[in-house]
Amino acid sequence: MTEEAQHFGSTDGNEFISFCIGEQEYCIDIMAIREIRGWTPATILPNSPDYVQGVINLRGSVLPIVDLAKRLQIKETEPSERHVIIITQIGTQIVGLLVDSVSDILTVQDDIIQPTPDVASEVANAFIGGVIALDERMISVLALENILPNFVESEAA
Amino acid sequence: MPFIEWRLKPQTGDNTLDTMESIKQTFFQECEDLLQDLESGLILMNDGEGDDETINSVFRAVHSIKGGAGAFELTDLVKFAHIFENTLDEIRSDRLEATKEVLTVLLQSSDLLMDLVEAAREGGSCNEERSQKLMDTLAGFIGAPAETPTETAMPDFEPQSMDDMGFQPLVMDFGFDGDGDDQQAAGFSIHFTPTAKMYAHGNETARLLATLASLGDMKTTCEHADLPDFDDLEPEGSYLSWDIELTTENEEEDVRENFEFVEDDCELIITPLGGISLPELPVLEDLEIEPTPVAIEPETLEVKAPEPEVKKTETKKNTETKTAKPNTGAPATIRINLERVDRLINLVGELVINQAMLTECVVDAGLSQDPSVSSGLDEFKQLTRDIQESVMAIRAQPVQPLFQRMSRIVRKAASATEKSVKLVLEGEFTEVDKTIVEKLADPLTHMIRNAVDHGIESPEKRVENGKPEEGIVTLSAAHRSGKIIIEVSDDGAGVNRERVKQIAIDKNLIQEDANLSDSDIDNLLFMPGFSTVETISTLSGRGVGMDVVKRAIQSIGGRVVISSTPGKGSTFTISLPLTLAILDGMLVTTAGQTLVVPLTSIVETLIPSPEDIHPMGSNSVINIRGTFVPLVDVGHELGFTQEPTDTNNCVVLSIMTDDGVQSAVLVDTIQDQRQVVIKSLETNYGHVPCIAAATILGDGRIALILDVDHLIEQAGQRTPSPELPQIAAE
Amino acid sequence: MSLSILAIDDSRTMRDMLNFALSDAGFDVTLAEDGQQGLDALDGYMPDVIITDINMPVMDGFGLIEGVRKMDALRAVPILVLTTESSAELKQRARSAGATGWIVKPFDKAKLVNAIHRVAA
Repeated sequence: MTEEAQHFGSTDGNEFISFCIGEQEYCIDIMAIREIRGWTPATILPNSPDYVQGVINLRGSVLPIVDLAKRLQIKETEPSERHVIIITQIGTQIVGLLVDSVSDILTVQDDIIQPTPDVASEVANAFIGGVIALDERMISVLALENILPNFVESEAA
Repeated sequence: MPFIEWRLKPQTGDNTLDTMESIKQTFFQECEDLLQDLESGLILMNDGEGDDETINSVFRAVHSIKGGAGAFELTDLVKFAHIFENTLDEIRSDRLEATKEVLTVLLQSSDLLMDLVEAAREGGSCNEERSQKLMDTLAGFIGAPAETPTETAMPDFEPQSMDDMGFQPLVMDFGFDGDGDDQQAAGFSIHFTPTAKMYAHGNETARLLATLASLGDMKTTCEHADLPDFDDLEPEGSYLSWDIELTTENEEEDVRENFEFVEDDCELIITPLGGISLPELPVLEDLEIEPTPVAIEPETLEVKAPEPEVKKTETKKNTETKTAKPNTGAPATIRINLERVDRLINLVGELVINQAMLTECVVDAGLSQDPSVSSGLDEFKQLTRDIQESVMAIRAQPVQPLFQRMSRIVRKAASATEKSVKLVLEGEFTEVDKTIVEKLADPLTHMIRNAVDHGIESPEKRVENGKPEEGIVTLSAAHRSGKIIIEVSDDGAGVNRERVKQIAIDKNLIQEDANLSDSDIDNLLFMPGFSTVETISTLSGRGVGMDVVKRAIQSIGGRVVISSTPGKGSTFTISLPLTLAILDGMLVTTAGQTLVVPLTSIVETLIPSPEDIHPMGSNSVINIRGTFVPLVDVGHELGFTQEPTDTNNCVVLSIMTDDGVQSAVLVDTIQDQRQVVIKSLETNYGHVPCIAAATILGDGRIALILDVDHLIEQAGQRTPSPELPQIAAE
Repeated sequence: MSLSILAIDDSRTMRDMLNFALSDAGFDVTLAEDGQQGLDALDGYMPDVIITDINMPVMDGFGLIEGVRKMDALRAVPILVLTTESSAELKQRARSAGATGWIVKPFDKAKLVNAIHRVAA
């Protein structure tokens, strides 16, 4: 199971930041979030998956920007000043996630989080660690560890 | 007065065990240095170049390892170090001759000691049989009976646990119960007459009596009958004696211990007072000791400080002018936390960026023509560069320790394959960034093993081919045109190209009809999934091939190539960047993107006429002064644009790859030439093909640093040409 | 006032240990890496006790003791020798060079402190 899911099991009441991508609502454990900032143009990375927007300079560090909408196969983002980058820590790496807008801070009790419904989409399995039902809304909890491409096999000779 | 080591201030709040643990880490770090001294000294002796100081430093190294190991109760290590030390002591005092045979065993012992240290560090254990065998051999040299592991190896040396530093709670056992009032007071009558010598040695009666008094109640009478007349009084003579009646529950032994240091410098008579002696009591001093640990910094770097004037004491009969030898009288150093150095390097990186930014501001403000501004800016640039070089020098370390480790690898590999191999080191004082040195260890080990295992022939075969029985592996380091070149060469058989080609065909790595040049075949060794040995040997066949070596070297921005001559041997050449932090680059624009091309790979820049450029398949070639050279369109190749670059309006960079292949790349314009700070893409992302790293420009944007060789390689592979090997689907 | 101690050992580990044990016991500690550095340190500095290793590069413990005993101001300063060999021979050599006493390595803190108190107030 994902790190998040284990996390829920051991504590009661975690804070999450929720955000929108198109019509859909997602959230990330606040502990994984370093900061939220406005969009800035990224330097294109060649030979990279299309959901990797490029890299930006954050106070001297080079970090990749992932277009979450494209990663989750929702839509293509045409980034503009209105868009937001959520700077997250994934393992030892710092990664920026491009989203439409940030909506809420939620405090969630463990038992509210349900397992990902068996819609069996590959995307759902890879990136969603559970769902939260809240006032008629459905918010998917993002599992961050699969967001970046897997580099193990990518080193060509 | 030079003072070299900072004092560590005690800090509160930490835990004593942590402190001991960190001292233990210091011990292991120190062991690395000591083992290196040991090995290089033994090698020097083996080459017949050792002198008195060499054997002394070798002895000291083992001695210090034993000392530290004892404190941490590393019994296996202590046991072996003890007999090793004794053997060295015999040589040191000329009771044992350091013959070839002895030195071979000593070198083996040094290897074993290294393994024992490693085992102690990892908490594992070492091959006991091997250890016992060596101990027996060493014991044989010094004519002492071999000690079995069960015996206490050294009567005078009891390993003590760290608890004995005074932190273990003592179980109080007074040995008697109930009311002790009926115990009659016991004690000793002591007659004490010091000699003049005692005072000369820095002992004083008053202190001795004071510490004695702490053992119990004491009555003292001073006897001064021997005191001469004032005129006859020698200022440093001793004329008094004392009679002491000590009421104590301590043993006579404890009382004697008080006089331990002076027993030869005084007359001491101790007689028990009437009464019974009591059972042994714990020393109360041991009970209340509050641990106040010291902060020991985690990882430190030895930095050379100006050498203080050191007067050598003339202990040797013939102090000849000594030739500079490694490891004798190391320069003074201060230890600096590595984090601080890294922070400094990062700051210098920021400074370089800042300087670039400032230059841009000056240009934007239209001030660049102002002579005072521009000369000030130039000076600033120069200073930045000087600071940067000095800071990088702090991290620079000679490759010597790394190289020395390799001699051990050669010894091991040679004995495993029953070959006779000598390792020759060249340029071992070449300095390389610490990070690079660390990262070179694994690939070098592998290459050296490979050279012994596959390169050097068996002794019989060598003799058959008219070569000396002993094979030679040469490991060299040098600075060459802004790069560090490390070469591993052997005088073995060279690459068996027929066989290599056949294996590559069998393993489906190349097509059967592939037409390969000799160099192409040699470089097949680096292909993933290639291993030349049919039967897996104990050495090289561990499932990793030269491709792993290549990848490891690429990961630190380096390149490795092989050249080989049948019957004469092979040479692997590694070229590495001088530093991992800053690079001289050319800023270019292609398809609207700014890229940095490392200056070291650019031979020249030219503005071509369109008629010089000829399409060839889906690639192009350019005619540079009569030679057709492959031309790679950078923007197109990297996928920045689908459109080919306009050849009427472009710049060509002529490139020499590390493999010595001439090539050229096409970009739109050249912006500038400057130093850039290398920022890793791997830290937060991963490896991007054809991109070496990233950098931050003056305006804060990121520019990518091009991996030109990789780009050219990729372009070549994209359009398969018959000359180049095809890599099977990955 | 706490006693001031100059501790000399070429082993970093030993220096760390000495420093730890001595500082912990409330002494004021100064460290040096060999006999020569030890003598250099004594220029204008008068410790209450000197603790020194014997086997060191550049200048060994015997050289240091002889050097110290030649200094007018320090002729009588107590010098304790650190030794792993408690053999009579080494003690004898140290003593004839002018050492005050000895501490056998590996030492425990109580032993170390006790030895210091026996030679210095």
